Amino acid sequence: MPDTHDYILLGVIAAGTAATRFLPFLLFPAGRKKPRWLLRLSNVLPSAAIAMLVVYCLKGIYFTKPQGFLPELIALVVVSLLHLWKRQPLLSIGGGTICYMILVQQVF
Amino acid sequence: MRTTNKVKVLKKAFIDTLPILVAFIILGIGFGVLMSDAGYPLFFVFLMSAFIYAGSMQFVAVSLLASKVTPLTALLMTFLVNARHIFYGLSLLERYKDTGKAKPYLIFGLTDETYSLVCSKPHATDDNRTAYYFTVTLLNHLYWIAGGIIGNVLGNVIPFNSKGIDFSMTALFMVIFLEQWKQTKNHTPALIGIAATVVSRIVFGPDHFLVIAMVIIAAGLLLLLQLRKENEDYA
Repeated sequence: MPDTHDYILLGVIAAGTAATRFLPFLLFPAGRKKPRWLLRLSNVLPSAAIAMLVVYCLKGIYFTKPQGFLPELIALVVVSLLHLWKRQPLLSIGGGTICYMILVQQVF
Repeated sequence: MRTTNKVKVLKKAFIDTLPILVAFIILGIGFGVLMSDAGYPLFFVFLMSAFIYAGSMQFVAVSLLASKVTPLTALLMTFLVNARHIFYGLSLLERYKDTGKAKPYLIFGLTDETYSLVCSKPHATDDNRTAYYFTVTLLNHLYWIAGGIIGNVLGNVIPFNSKGIDFSMTALFMVIFLEQWKQTKNHTPALIGIAATVVSRIVFGPDHFLVIAMVIIAAGLLLLLQLRKENEDYA
């Protein structure tokens, strides 16, 4: 059973997580005029942030053994080719994931 | 809003969130199983998924709870793991500007997956926009809570080998990356994002590189914008 300390940690982690999400909106409230650099930054930030997320997902790969990076590399190529071909997100994501699962379960 | 519109928005949001449904149920189950192994009951798992609602942070939280760290340690760890959310908020300031009563919930539910879907859509201004953002955020939240509950109740009884299914998140981000690449003419911001994160990962290792990557990205983008502005001044 969770004790008081567990509930305190739950509250702290929930509040801390919410703080990281609310911070930009509190710093730059909707009513006030935003500085120009911020508007320019918010235009280019999504491209960089998504690129960062892709690399972040691959943080566990290593190059000392083939199984350390080949499943990810092959599956990402499959995702990209499927997507450039049909441009159907569900197909690209589903196909790439099934490919990755076969690779890590059966091949490597 | 008319009912037909509501159905249309719900249908679109459901189709767009399908990959997240699959991944959140599976990842949520993983979290629920971990918590059940650590001896935590269903309602505590529910509280965590409902009120923390941050996948990677909740996995970290399992070990924070187990080692009974001080609240201050937990808070610092939370900032470190979740610092990337600041980028999401900064890029959605305009998009979430006129979302009215839904706004606090939209911000509360700003996970990696919800962010990637919201920012992959063109900046529409129609009436359905807020309803779409809200529905996407709510559906993802519900998937995540459901996964945690299923995992906690059923424990390790998963009928098939799900190893590797978490790759669906990587695939989702890759697809959105490709879409953004096609939609934008200038690819320098995306390349800065890749380069900064790869270099930080190599130099600082897999555990603490993200905050450093964010600082480099922010500095790089601001420098890029400054250079572009100077070029405009010359032209």
